[in-house]
Amino acid sequence: MKEHFDHPDVVVCPGGPLLLRGEHVIEDAEGRQHRTSRPVSAVCRCGKSADQPWCDGTHKVLPDKLKP
Amino acid sequence: MRIPKARGELSEALAAALQEGTAPAELADVAATDDADRHLSLWTLYELSYRGFDGVDDELEWQPELLALRHTLERRFEAELREWFSPPELGEPFADALFELIENDDGASVATFVQREATLDQTLELLRYRTIYHLKEADPTAWVVPRLTTGPKAALMELQYDEYGCGDPNRLHSHLFVRGLDACGLRSDYGAYIDDVPVEVLVQNNAMSLFGLHRRLRGAALGHLAAFEATSSLPSRRMAQGLERLGLPTEMIAYYEEHVEADAVHEQLAVRTICGALVEEEPAQAAEVAFGALACLGLEDRFARRMLAEWGAE
Repeated sequence: MKEHFDHPDVVVCPGGPLLLRGEHVIEDAEGRQHRTSRPVSAVCRCGKSADQPWCDGTHKVLPDKLKP
Repeated sequence: MRIPKARGELSEALAAALQEGTAPAELADVAATDDADRHLSLWTLYELSYRGFDGVDDELEWQPELLALRHTLERRFEAELREWFSPPELGEPFADALFELIENDDGASVATFVQREATLDQTLELLRYRTIYHLKEADPTAWVVPRLTTGPKAALMELQYDEYGCGDPNRLHSHLFVRGLDACGLRSDYGAYIDDVPVEVLVQNNAMSLFGLHRRLRGAALGHLAAFEATSSLPSRRMAQGLERLGLPTEMIAYYEEHVEADAVHEQLAVRTICGALVEEEPAQAAEVAFGALACLGLEDRFARRMLAEWGAE
């Protein structure tokens, strides 16, 4: 049986957001601070989310070349 | 919750059995009048394992004749689901293939209609129908937890913990919906609108219970979860915009806004860490994950088509 499982704090999702496990404070491009509020948070990487700095799934409707 | 109003001969015989507290062996011989009667009967039997009914003996959850009837109804339903939703073989890497399968689905959407043109009455009707699942949000998937090995079990709990408000009852997703319903002047007691919902809602709800209550169907349950989460963020945004357009209360808008953000996380977890870990530990479950995902998408499409047709929106 497997004894050790990978459980990284930060996960880059191909073509999607950055997952953050645990509590963090994120400063956005305008210098505003946002505190995470759930066990895992998804940070926007495509720049198109309407809910910055969090992912809102918008990357899925972007053409491939604009996906992160 | 009251026993639902019968929709045919089988649900009528079942309601009588529940009220009397004994299930006669002949119950298995009663033919369902139609799909609505059959699915309401199955829904009622499942509900004995969730919250039960007012005045109905809790012992009936494990009454052999009722379990036999449930088994008969489930076998037919599962055979139908497998006939309707036959998945292609998923390629590699698994997570990308599962996302692609879900994203290629072009099912009908009630959210787009609510966003742009639904009337207040149509939107409130939709919210009433959504109560059947949203008031037990995440519960059918909770049955799956003890059936999993270490990797997928921990991954599923990471998601479920968020669904259940991280231990804070005020943040429990089903409770956020209760607050939204109360603010809209709708009933928020569990199962309040069961007599009103179209058969498509019963079918959707029964599929989740079927997958959740059978260890054999754990892969389908997690595939259903993945498809549900991966088709939630963007439609939830449209719902929130539609509710705002119609001037509905902020509590109900907040429910959908929470799902924009939460499900952008949950879809990644469900596809990559939950289904990914399941398939890594049990490769034979890949086809079951795909089956569950297609069932989720296909049954929502049937519901959406029904509603859009009734609203003259097709």
